[in-house]
Amino acid sequence: MSGPVKLRAEHVRKVFDVEGKPLVAVEDVTMTVRENEFVTIVGTSGCGKSTFLNMVAGLIPITSGILEVDGKPVTGPGADRGMVFQKYTLFPWLKVLDNVKFSLKKKKGLSAREKDDIAREYLRLVGLAGFEDAYPAQLSGGMQQRVAIARALAYKPSILLMDEPFGALDAQTRGLMQELLLKVWEEHKTTILFVTHDIDEAIFLADRVYVMTARPGRIKKEVPVPLPRPRDYHIMTTEEFIAVKREVMDLIREESLKAMQ
Amino acid sequence: MLDQLLALREDIPRRYYIATSVTGLLVLFISWCVITYGGLVSPIFLPTPTAIVKAAIKAIQDGSLWADTKASVYRIMVGWLISTLFALPIGLLMGNFKFFEALFEPPIDFIRYMPAVAFVPLSILWTGVGDTQKFVILFIGTFFQEVLMVADNVKHVPKEIINVSYTFGLNKWEVLTQVILPYAMPGIMDTLRITLGWAWTYLVVAELVAAKVGLGYSIMRAQRYLQTDKIILGILVIGILGLITDYSFKFASSVLFPWAKGGRSA
Repeated sequence: MSGPVKLRAEHVRKVFDVEGKPLVAVEDVTMTVRENEFVTIVGTSGCGKSTFLNMVAGLIPITSGILEVDGKPVTGPGADRGMVFQKYTLFPWLKVLDNVKFSLKKKKGLSAREKDDIAREYLRLVGLAGFEDAYPAQLSGGMQQRVAIARALAYKPSILLMDEPFGALDAQTRGLMQELLLKVWEEHKTTILFVTHDIDEAIFLADRVYVMTARPGRIKKEVPVPLPRPRDYHIMTTEEFIAVKREVMDLIREESLKAMQ
Repeated sequence: MLDQLLALREDIPRRYYIATSVTGLLVLFISWCVITYGGLVSPIFLPTPTAIVKAAIKAIQDGSLWADTKASVYRIMVGWLISTLFALPIGLLMGNFKFFEALFEPPIDFIRYMPAVAFVPLSILWTGVGDTQKFVILFIGTFFQEVLMVADNVKHVPKEIINVSYTFGLNKWEVLTQVILPYAMPGIMDTLRITLGWAWTYLVVAELVAAKVGLGYSIMRAQRYLQTDKIILGILVIGILGLITDYSFKFASSVLFPWAKGGRSA
Protein backbone atom coordinates (compact mmCIF):
# COMPACT_ATOMS: atom_id res chain seq x y z
CA MET A 1 0.00 0.00 0.00
CA SER A 2 1.59 3.22 -1.09
CA GLY A 3 -1.27 5.54 -2.06
CA PRO A 4 -1.47 9.06 -0.70
CA VAL A 5 -2.18 9.43 3.02
CA LYS A 6 -5.87 10.08 3.67
CA LEU A 7 -5.84 10.20 7.43
CA ARG A 8 -2.90 11.15 9.60
CA ALA A 9 -3.15 11.03 13.38
CA GLU A 10 -0.18 11.85 15.56
CA HIS A 11 -0.27 11.63 19.35
CA VAL A 12 -3.98 12.37 19.36
CA ARG A 13 -5.20 12.75 22.91
CA LYS A 14 -8.63 13.33 24.39
CA VAL A 15 -9.31 14.36 27.95
CA PHE A 16 -12.94 14.75 28.98
CA ASP A 17 -13.98 16.93 31.83
CA VAL A 18 -16.29 14.86 34.03
CA GLU A 19 -17.74 17.08 36.75
CA GLY A 20 -14.50 18.97 37.13
CA LYS A 21 -12.25 15.90 37.05
CA PRO A 22 -10.15 15.11 33.99
CA LEU A 23 -10.85 11.73 32.39
CA VAL A 24 -8.35 10.55 29.79
CA ALA A 25 -10.38 8.72 27.15
CA VAL A 26 -7.70 8.56 24.45
CA GLU A 27 -4.10 8.66 25.65
CA ASP A 28 -2.09 8.57 22.44
CA VAL A 29 -3.19 7.46 18.99
CA THR A 30 -0.76 7.62 16.09
CA MET A 31 -1.88 6.03 12.84
CA THR A 32 -2.26 6.55 9.11
CA VAL A 33 -4.82 5.40 6.60
CA ARG A 34 -3.88 5.49 2.93
CA GLU A 35 -6.12 5.91 -0.08
CA ASN A 36 -8.39 2.92 -0.76
CA GLU A 37 -7.16 1.11 2.31
CA PHE A 38 -9.49 -0.77 4.62
CA VAL A 39 -8.21 -0.26 8.16
CA THR A 40 -9.86 -1.48 11.34
CA ILE A 41 -9.37 -0.53 14.98
CA VAL A 42 -10.15 -3.26 17.48
CA GLY A 43 -10.30 -2.85 21.22
CA THR A 44 -12.27 -3.74 24.34
CA SER A 45 -15.41 -1.74 25.06
CA GLY A 46 -14.70 1.63 26.64
CA CYS A 47 -11.15 1.80 25.26
CA GLY A 48 -11.79 5.06 23.43
CA LYS A 49 -11.93 3.70 19.89
CA SER A 50 -15.33 5.26 19.21
CA THR A 51 -14.17 8.52 20.75
CA PHE A 52 -11.24 8.52 18.35
CA LEU A 53 -13.52 7.90 15.38
CA ASN A 54 -15.80 10.72 16.49
CA MET A 55 -12.77 13.00 16.63
CA VAL A 56 -11.87 12.06 13.05
CA ALA A 57 -15.48 12.84 12.11
CA GLY A 58 -15.06 16.23 13.79
CA LEU A 59 -17.95 15.58 16.17
CA ILE A 60 -15.66 15.74 19.22
CA PRO A 61 -12.68 18.17 19.33
CA ILE A 62 -9.25 16.74 20.11
CA THR A 63 -7.40 17.87 23.23
CA SER A 64 -3.93 17.72 21.69
CA GLY A 65 -2.01 16.13 18.83
CA ILE A 66 -2.30 16.30 15.06
CA LEU A 67 -5.33 15.03 13.16
CA GLU A 68 -5.46 15.60 9.42
CA VAL A 69 -7.68 14.37 6.61
CA ASP A 70 -6.28 14.95 3.12
CA GLY A 71 -3.57 17.09 4.70
CA LYS A 72 -6.06 19.50 6.30
CA PRO A 73 -6.51 19.62 10.07
CA VAL A 74 -9.92 18.44 11.30
CA THR A 75 -11.85 21.37 12.78
CA GLY A 76 -15.42 20.09 12.64
CA PRO A 77 -17.72 17.71 10.80
CA GLY A 78 -17.72 17.90 7.01
CA ALA A 79 -18.88 16.11 3.90
CA ASP A 80 -15.37 14.79 3.24
CA ARG A 81 -15.87 12.27 6.06
CA GLY A 82 -18.86 9.97 5.94
CA MET A 83 -19.98 8.09 9.02
CA VAL A 84 -22.07 5.00 9.70
CA PHE A 85 -23.13 4.54 13.33
CA GLN A 86 -24.09 1.47 15.31
CA LYS A 87 -27.46 3.01 16.15
CA TYR A 88 -29.93 3.23 13.28
CA THR A 89 -29.70 6.73 11.88
CA LEU A 90 -32.05 6.71 8.91
CA PHE A 91 -34.51 9.60 8.76
CA PRO A 92 -37.80 7.92 9.60
CA TRP A 93 -39.96 10.40 7.67
CA LEU A 94 -38.11 9.80 4.39
CA LYS A 95 -38.54 6.83 2.10
CA VAL A 96 -35.43 4.72 1.49
CA LEU A 97 -34.54 6.44 -1.80
CA ASP A 98 -34.96 9.92 -0.26
CA ASN A 99 -32.80 8.87 2.68
CA VAL A 100 -29.95 8.08 0.31
CA LYS A 101 -30.56 11.27 -1.68
CA PHE A 102 -30.49 13.33 1.51
CA SER A 103 -26.71 12.87 1.71
CA LEU A 104 -26.39 14.41 -1.78
CA LYS A 105 -28.18 17.60 -0.71
CA LYS A 106 -24.98 19.59 -0.45
CA LYS A 107 -23.34 18.08 -3.53
CA LYS A 108 -22.93 20.81 -6.10
CA GLY A 109 -23.22 20.32 -9.83
CA LEU A 110 -25.59 17.36 -9.77
CA SER A 111 -29.02 17.54 -11.37
CA ALA A 112 -32.02 16.05 -9.60
CA ARG A 113 -31.99 13.28 -12.17
CA GLU A 114 -28.33 12.47 -11.52
CA LYS A 115 -28.89 12.36 -7.75
CA ASP A 116 -31.75 9.98 -8.31
CA ASP A 117 -29.59 7.73 -10.47
CA ILE A 118 -26.73 7.72 -7.97
CA ALA A 119 -29.05 6.83 -5.08
CA ARG A 120 -30.65 4.00 -7.06
CA GLU A 121 -27.24 2.66 -8.07
CA TYR A 122 -26.00 2.48 -4.47
CA LEU A 123 -29.22 0.87 -3.29
CA ARG A 124 -28.75 -1.76 -5.97
CA LEU A 125 -25.18 -2.23 -4.77
CA VAL A 126 -26.31 -3.04 -1.22
CA GLY A 127 -28.99 -5.36 -2.56
CA LEU A 128 -31.99 -3.14 -1.87
CA ALA A 129 -33.26 -2.43 -5.37
CA GLY A 130 -37.04 -2.58 -5.12
CA PHE A 131 -37.16 -1.05 -1.63
CA GLU A 132 -36.87 2.58 -2.79
CA ASP A 133 -40.36 3.50 -1.62
CA ALA A 134 -40.30 1.75 1.77
CA TYR A 135 -40.09 3.67 5.02
CA PRO A 136 -37.20 2.77 7.38
CA ALA A 137 -39.65 1.43 9.99
CA GLN A 138 -40.70 -1.23 7.47
CA LEU A 139 -37.15 -2.57 7.16
CA SER A 140 -35.19 -4.99 9.36
CA GLY A 141 -32.14 -3.75 11.26
CA GLY A 142 -29.76 -5.26 8.72
CA MET A 143 -31.61 -3.63 5.82
CA GLN A 144 -31.57 -0.27 7.60
CA GLN A 145 -27.81 -0.47 8.02
CA ARG A 146 -27.45 -1.33 4.34
CA VAL A 147 -29.38 1.83 3.48
CA ALA A 148 -27.14 3.77 5.88
CA ILE A 149 -24.06 2.39 4.09
CA ALA A 150 -25.50 3.23 0.67
CA ARG A 151 -26.27 6.73 1.95
CA ALA A 152 -22.76 7.22 3.32
CA LEU A 153 -21.11 5.93 0.12
CA ALA A 154 -23.39 7.79 -2.31
CA TYR A 155 -21.90 11.21 -1.67
CA LYS A 156 -18.39 9.82 -2.04
CA PRO A 157 -16.70 11.02 1.11
CA SER A 158 -12.92 11.06 1.06
CA ILE A 159 -12.90 8.58 3.94
CA LEU A 160 -15.74 6.47 5.32
CA LEU A 161 -15.82 6.07 9.12
CA MET A 162 -17.74 3.12 10.51
CA ASP A 163 -18.48 2.85 14.23
CA GLU A 164 -19.44 -0.79 14.93
CA PRO A 165 -22.08 -0.57 12.21
CA PHE A 166 -23.06 -4.23 12.57
CA GLY A 167 -22.89 -4.31 16.38
CA ALA A 168 -26.65 -4.39 16.82
CA LEU A 169 -27.25 -7.21 14.32
CA ASP A 170 -27.48 -10.94 14.99
CA ALA A 171 -24.39 -13.04 14.22
CA GLN A 172 -25.71 -14.51 10.94
CA THR A 173 -26.80 -11.16 9.51
CA ARG A 174 -23.53 -9.62 10.66
CA GLY A 175 -21.54 -12.18 8.69
CA LEU A 176 -23.53 -11.48 5.52
CA MET A 177 -23.16 -7.73 6.01
CA GLN A 178 -19.39 -8.05 6.32
CA GLU A 179 -19.22 -9.89 3.01
CA LEU A 180 -21.54 -7.37 1.40
CA LEU A 181 -19.42 -4.48 2.64
CA LEU A 182 -16.27 -6.08 1.20
CA LYS A 183 -18.02 -6.64 -2.12
CA VAL A 184 -19.16 -3.01 -2.28
CA TRP A 185 -15.72 -1.82 -1.27
CA GLU A 186 -14.02 -3.93 -3.93
CA GLU A 187 -16.43 -2.67 -6.60
CA HIS A 188 -16.22 1.01 -5.61
CA LYS A 189 -12.81 1.42 -4.03
CA THR A 190 -12.87 3.88 -1.18
CA THR A 191 -10.98 4.51 2.04
CA ILE A 192 -12.54 2.97 5.15
CA LEU A 193 -11.69 3.25 8.83
CA PHE A 194 -13.78 0.73 10.74
CA VAL A 195 -14.05 0.39 14.53
CA THR A 196 -15.16 -2.84 16.21
CA HIS A 197 -14.65 -5.02 19.28
CA ASP A 198 -15.17 -8.18 17.19
CA ILE A 199 -11.76 -9.70 16.38
CA ASP A 200 -12.99 -11.88 13.49
CA GLU A 201 -14.71 -8.91 11.93
CA ALA A 202 -11.64 -6.71 12.32
CA ILE A 203 -9.35 -9.22 10.59
CA PHE A 204 -11.80 -10.40 7.94
CA LEU A 205 -12.36 -6.88 6.62
CA ALA A 206 -9.00 -5.22 7.02
CA ASP A 207 -5.70 -4.66 5.24
CA ARG A 208 -4.30 -3.64 8.61
CA VAL A 209 -5.64 -3.92 12.14
CA TYR A 210 -4.78 -1.45 14.89
CA VAL A 211 -5.17 -3.02 18.33
CA MET A 212 -5.99 -0.56 21.10
CA THR A 213 -5.19 -0.83 24.79
CA ALA A 214 -7.85 -0.64 27.48
CA ARG A 215 -8.75 2.83 28.72
CA PRO A 216 -7.05 5.18 28.42
CA GLY A 217 -6.69 4.15 24.79
CA ARG A 218 -3.36 3.88 23.04
CA ILE A 219 -2.39 1.99 19.89
CA LYS A 220 -0.92 -1.22 21.26
CA LYS A 221 0.12 -2.73 17.98
CA GLU A 222 -0.39 -2.53 14.26
CA VAL A 223 -1.07 -5.96 12.78
CA PRO A 224 -0.92 -6.43 8.99
CA VAL A 225 -3.42 -8.86 7.47
CA PRO A 226 -1.65 -10.63 4.58
CA LEU A 227 -4.78 -12.44 3.35
CA PRO A 228 -5.67 -12.49 -0.36
CA ARG A 229 -8.67 -10.64 -1.76
CA PRO A 230 -11.44 -10.99 -2.71
CA ARG A 231 -12.34 -12.74 0.54
CA ASP A 232 -15.36 -14.75 1.54
CA TYR A 233 -16.26 -16.30 4.89
CA HIS A 234 -14.30 -19.49 4.16
CA ILE A 235 -11.13 -17.55 4.75
CA MET A 236 -11.98 -17.40 8.46
CA THR A 237 -11.09 -21.08 8.85
CA THR A 238 -7.73 -20.94 7.05
CA GLU A 239 -4.47 -21.25 8.96
CA GLU A 240 -3.32 -17.82 7.82
CA PHE A 241 -6.43 -16.22 9.27
CA ILE A 242 -6.11 -18.15 12.52
CA ALA A 243 -2.46 -17.15 12.87
CA VAL A 244 -3.43 -13.46 12.68
CA LYS A 245 -6.37 -14.07 14.96
CA ARG A 246 -4.18 -15.70 17.60
CA GLU A 247 -1.88 -12.70 17.65
CA VAL A 248 -4.74 -10.21 17.95
CA MET A 249 -6.53 -12.31 20.56
CA ASP A 250 -3.42 -12.48 22.76
CA LEU A 251 -3.08 -8.70 22.59
CA ILE A 252 -6.77 -8.08 23.35
CA ARG A 253 -6.81 -10.63 26.16
CA GLU A 254 -3.99 -8.85 27.93
CA GLU A 255 -6.01 -5.66 27.77
CA SER A 256 -9.27 -7.25 28.87
CA LEU A 257 -7.53 -8.68 31.92
CA LYS A 258 -6.08 -5.27 32.73
CA ALA A 259 -9.48 -3.66 32.33
CA MET A 260 -11.04 -6.15 34.74
CA GLN A 261 -8.64 -5.35 37.55
CA MET B 1 -60.76 -18.29 30.01
CA LEU B 2 -60.21 -15.90 32.92
CA ASP B 3 -56.56 -16.91 32.89
CA GLN B 4 -56.36 -15.90 29.24
CA LEU B 5 -58.09 -12.55 29.82
CA LEU B 6 -55.83 -11.65 32.75
CA ALA B 7 -52.51 -12.53 31.09
CA LEU B 8 -49.84 -10.25 32.55
CA ARG B 9 -48.77 -7.67 29.95
CA GLU B 10 -49.91 -9.85 27.05
CA ASP B 11 -52.32 -9.04 24.25
CA ILE B 12 -55.80 -10.48 24.48
CA PRO B 13 -57.97 -11.37 21.44
CA ARG B 14 -59.41 -8.24 19.85
CA ARG B 15 -63.04 -9.29 20.16
CA TYR B 16 -62.63 -9.84 23.92
CA TYR B 17 -60.99 -6.45 24.18
CA ILE B 18 -63.89 -4.72 22.44
CA ALA B 19 -66.48 -6.73 24.35
CA THR B 20 -64.84 -5.72 27.64
CA SER B 21 -64.83 -2.04 26.66
CA VAL B 22 -68.50 -2.14 25.67
CA THR B 23 -69.38 -3.99 28.88
CA GLY B 24 -67.68 -1.29 30.95
CA LEU B 25 -69.76 1.44 29.33
CA LEU B 26 -72.94 -0.66 29.56
CA VAL B 27 -72.45 -1.33 33.27
CA LEU B 28 -72.06 2.40 33.86
CA PHE B 29 -75.21 3.17 31.85
CA ILE B 30 -77.30 0.39 33.40
CA SER B 31 -76.28 1.43 36.93
CA TRP B 32 -77.39 4.96 36.06
CA CYS B 33 -80.77 3.62 34.81
CA VAL B 34 -81.30 1.43 37.89
CA ILE B 35 -80.45 4.23 40.32
CA THR B 36 -82.59 6.88 38.62
CA TYR B 37 -85.61 4.96 37.24
CA GLY B 38 -85.65 2.88 40.39
CA GLY B 39 -86.10 6.08 42.40
CA LEU B 40 -83.05 5.33 44.55
CA VAL B 41 -81.93 8.96 44.37
CA SER B 42 -83.85 12.19 43.92
CA PRO B 43 -83.79 13.63 40.33
CA ILE B 44 -82.30 16.78 41.83
CA PHE B 45 -79.07 14.87 42.44
CA LEU B 46 -79.12 12.66 39.39
CA PRO B 47 -81.76 12.90 36.64
CA THR B 48 -82.84 9.99 34.45
CA PRO B 49 -81.47 9.42 30.94
CA THR B 50 -84.89 10.39 29.60
CA ALA B 51 -84.65 13.77 31.33
CA ILE B 52 -81.26 14.41 29.76
CA VAL B 53 -82.58 13.57 26.30
CA LYS B 54 -85.55 15.88 26.88
CA ALA B 55 -83.22 18.66 28.01
CA ALA B 56 -81.11 18.09 24.92
CA ILE B 57 -84.12 18.28 22.56
CA LYS B 58 -85.28 21.47 24.25
CA ALA B 59 -81.82 23.04 24.04
CA ILE B 60 -81.58 22.18 20.37
CA GLN B 61 -85.07 23.55 19.63
CA ASP B 62 -84.60 26.87 21.38
CA GLY B 63 -81.17 27.26 19.76
CA SER B 64 -79.32 27.64 23.07
CA LEU B 65 -77.24 24.49 22.58
CA TRP B 66 -75.97 25.72 19.22
CA ALA B 67 -75.26 29.24 20.54
CA ASP B 68 -73.44 27.88 23.60
CA THR B 69 -71.43 25.40 21.55
CA LYS B 70 -70.49 28.01 18.96
CA ALA B 71 -69.30 30.48 21.62
CA SER B 72 -67.30 27.85 23.50
CA VAL B 73 -65.67 26.28 20.45
CA TYR B 74 -64.64 29.76 19.29
CA ARG B 75 -63.08 30.57 22.69
CA ILE B 76 -61.29 27.23 22.92
CA MET B 77 -59.89 27.49 19.43
CA VAL B 78 -58.63 31.08 19.77
CA GLY B 79 -57.27 30.53 23.31
CA TRP B 80 -55.51 27.35 22.29
CA LEU B 81 -54.17 28.85 19.05
CA ILE B 82 -52.65 31.80 20.92
CA SER B 83 -51.07 29.38 23.37
CA THR B 84 -49.73 27.22 20.53
CA LEU B 85 -48.44 30.25 18.63
CA PHE B 86 -46.19 31.02 21.59
CA ALA B 87 -45.50 27.45 22.75
CA LEU B 88 -44.15 26.22 19.40
CA PRO B 89 -41.29 28.71 18.86
CA ILE B 90 -40.40 29.02 22.54
CA GLY B 91 -40.55 25.25 23.03
CA LEU B 92 -38.35 24.71 19.97
CA LEU B 93 -35.80 27.18 21.28
CA MET B 94 -35.83 25.63 24.77
CA GLY B 95 -35.45 22.11 23.46
CA ASN B 96 -32.56 22.97 21.14
CA PHE B 97 -30.56 25.63 22.95
CA LYS B 98 -29.50 25.36 26.58
CA PHE B 99 -29.36 29.16 26.60
CA PHE B 100 -33.10 29.48 26.03
CA GLU B 101 -33.82 26.63 28.42
CA ALA B 102 -31.97 28.53 31.15
CA LEU B 103 -33.81 31.71 30.19
CA PHE B 104 -37.39 30.41 30.03
CA GLU B 105 -37.62 27.34 32.21
CA PRO B 106 -37.50 28.92 35.70
CA PRO B 107 -40.43 31.33 35.18
CA ILE B 108 -42.43 28.71 33.29
CA ASP B 109 -41.89 26.10 35.99
CA PHE B 110 -42.95 28.65 38.58
CA ILE B 111 -46.17 29.78 36.90
CA ARG B 112 -47.03 26.23 35.84
CA TYR B 113 -48.03 25.36 39.39
CA MET B 114 -50.37 28.31 39.84
CA PRO B 115 -54.03 27.36 39.48
CA ALA B 116 -55.63 28.95 36.40
CA VAL B 117 -58.82 29.64 38.35
CA ALA B 118 -56.90 31.95 40.66
CA PHE B 119 -56.16 34.19 37.68
CA VAL B 120 -59.86 34.86 37.00
CA PRO B 121 -60.05 38.09 39.07
CA LEU B 122 -56.73 39.32 37.66
CA SER B 123 -57.71 38.51 34.10
CA ILE B 124 -60.90 40.55 34.50
CA LEU B 125 -58.92 43.42 35.94
CA TRP B 126 -56.47 43.30 33.03
CA THR B 127 -58.72 42.59 30.07
CA GLY B 128 -62.31 43.29 31.10
CA VAL B 129 -65.22 40.89 30.77
CA GLY B 130 -65.19 40.12 27.05
CA ASP B 131 -63.88 37.11 25.14
CA THR B 132 -60.30 38.29 25.67
CA GLN B 133 -60.59 37.40 29.34
CA LYS B 134 -61.62 33.84 28.35
CA PHE B 135 -58.64 33.60 26.02
CA VAL B 136 -56.34 34.67 28.85
CA ILE B 137 -57.61 31.94 31.18
CA LEU B 138 -57.38 29.28 28.46
CA PHE B 139 -53.88 30.51 27.65
CA ILE B 140 -52.77 30.30 31.28
CA GLY B 141 -54.25 26.84 31.61
CA THR B 142 -52.61 25.53 28.44
CA PHE B 143 -49.42 27.39 27.51
CA PHE B 144 -47.15 26.57 30.44
CA GLN B 145 -47.61 22.83 30.02
CA GLU B 146 -47.62 22.94 26.24
CA VAL B 147 -44.31 24.79 25.92
CA LEU B 148 -42.50 22.26 28.14
CA MET B 149 -43.98 19.35 26.21
CA VAL B 150 -42.87 20.84 22.87
CA ALA B 151 -39.36 21.31 24.30
CA ASP B 152 -39.41 17.67 25.37
CA ASN B 153 -40.57 16.49 21.91
CA VAL B 154 -37.59 18.24 20.34
CA LYS B 155 -35.13 16.82 22.87
CA HIS B 156 -36.15 13.29 21.92
CA VAL B 157 -34.37 13.52 18.56
CA PRO B 158 -31.39 11.11 18.92
CA LYS B 159 -27.94 12.63 18.92
CA GLU B 160 -26.77 10.15 16.23
CA ILE B 161 -29.40 11.42 13.78
CA ILE B 162 -28.12 14.95 14.34
CA ASN B 163 -24.47 13.89 14.04
CA VAL B 164 -25.02 11.95 10.83
CA SER B 165 -26.66 15.05 9.34
CA TYR B 166 -23.56 17.10 10.14
CA THR B 167 -21.43 14.58 8.23
CA PHE B 168 -23.51 15.36 5.11
CA GLY B 169 -22.30 18.95 5.37
CA LEU B 170 -25.44 20.51 6.85
CA ASN B 171 -24.98 23.52 9.12
CA LYS B 172 -26.81 23.83 12.43
CA TRP B 173 -29.78 25.79 11.03
CA GLU B 174 -30.27 23.21 8.32
CA VAL B 175 -30.06 20.44 10.91
CA LEU B 176 -32.66 22.29 12.99
CA THR B 177 -35.14 22.86 10.17
CA GLN B 178 -34.52 19.82 7.95
CA VAL B 179 -33.79 17.13 10.53
CA ILE B 180 -34.86 17.98 14.09
CA LEU B 181 -38.18 19.54 13.13
CA PRO B 182 -39.46 16.80 10.81
CA TYR B 183 -38.28 14.12 13.27
CA ALA B 184 -40.15 15.78 16.14
CA MET B 185 -43.33 16.57 14.17
CA PRO B 186 -45.41 13.52 15.17
CA GLY B 187 -44.54 14.09 18.83
CA ILE B 188 -45.40 17.77 18.54
CA MET B 189 -48.70 16.87 16.89
CA ASP B 190 -49.41 14.61 19.86
CA THR B 191 -48.66 17.49 22.22
CA LEU B 192 -51.07 19.73 20.30
CA ARG B 193 -53.75 17.06 20.58
CA ILE B 194 -53.27 16.59 24.32
CA THR B 195 -53.12 20.30 25.11
CA LEU B 196 -56.27 21.02 23.09
CA GLY B 197 -57.90 18.43 25.34
CA TRP B 198 -56.68 20.35 28.38
CA ALA B 199 -58.09 23.57 26.93
CA TRP B 200 -61.51 21.90 26.97
CA THR B 201 -61.13 21.09 30.65
CA TYR B 202 -60.45 24.79 31.39
CA LEU B 203 -63.62 25.89 29.60
CA VAL B 204 -65.80 26.03 32.71
CA VAL B 205 -63.14 28.00 34.56
CA ALA B 206 -62.88 30.43 31.63
CA GLU B 207 -66.64 30.96 31.54
CA LEU B 208 -66.99 31.04 35.33
CA VAL B 209 -67.46 34.79 35.55
CA ALA B 210 -68.79 37.45 33.20
CA ALA B 211 -70.09 35.18 30.45
CA LYS B 212 -73.48 35.47 28.78
CA VAL B 213 -73.24 32.40 26.58
CA GLY B 214 -71.16 29.22 26.40
CA LEU B 215 -71.27 25.59 27.50
CA GLY B 216 -69.35 26.29 30.71
CA TYR B 217 -71.62 29.23 31.46
CA SER B 218 -74.75 27.13 30.84
CA ILE B 219 -73.50 24.63 33.41
CA MET B 220 -72.87 27.34 36.00
CA ARG B 221 -76.30 28.89 35.41
CA ALA B 222 -78.04 25.52 35.58
CA GLN B 223 -76.37 24.95 38.93
CA ARG B 224 -77.94 28.14 40.27
CA TYR B 225 -81.44 26.84 39.43
CA LEU B 226 -80.69 23.22 40.38
CA GLN B 227 -81.30 22.10 36.79
CA THR B 228 -79.23 18.96 37.15
CA ASP B 229 -80.32 17.62 33.76
CA LYS B 230 -78.84 20.71 32.06
CA ILE B 231 -75.61 20.35 34.03
CA ILE B 232 -75.14 16.78 32.90
CA LEU B 233 -76.10 17.69 29.33
CA GLY B 234 -73.42 20.40 29.33
CA ILE B 235 -70.81 18.00 30.68
CA LEU B 236 -71.69 15.36 28.10
CA VAL B 237 -71.54 17.85 25.20
CA ILE B 238 -68.09 19.04 26.33
CA GLY B 239 -66.94 15.44 26.60
CA ILE B 240 -68.20 14.58 23.11
CA LEU B 241 -66.69 17.71 21.53
CA GLY B 242 -63.38 16.94 23.22
CA LEU B 243 -63.50 13.42 21.88
CA ILE B 244 -64.21 14.67 18.35
CA THR B 245 -61.23 17.05 18.36
CA ASP B 246 -59.03 14.30 19.80
CA TYR B 247 -59.90 11.84 17.06
CA SER B 248 -59.60 14.52 14.38
CA PHE B 249 -56.02 15.08 15.49
CA LYS B 250 -55.26 11.37 15.57
CA PHE B 251 -56.69 11.03 12.07
CA ALA B 252 -54.70 14.03 10.79
CA SER B 253 -51.54 12.55 12.32
CA SER B 254 -52.00 9.21 10.60
CA VAL B 255 -52.49 11.00 7.25
CA LEU B 256 -49.65 13.50 7.68
CA PHE B 257 -47.10 11.12 9.21
CA PRO B 258 -47.71 7.67 7.77
CA TRP B 259 -44.11 6.76 8.64
CA ALA B 260 -44.68 7.12 12.38
CA LYS B 261 -46.92 4.30 13.43
CA GLY B 262 -48.96 5.01 16.53
CA GLY B 263 -48.36 8.76 16.39
CA ARG B 264 -44.98 8.77 18.08
CA SER B 265 -41.73 7.87 16.38
CA ALA B 266 -39.43 5.28 17.90
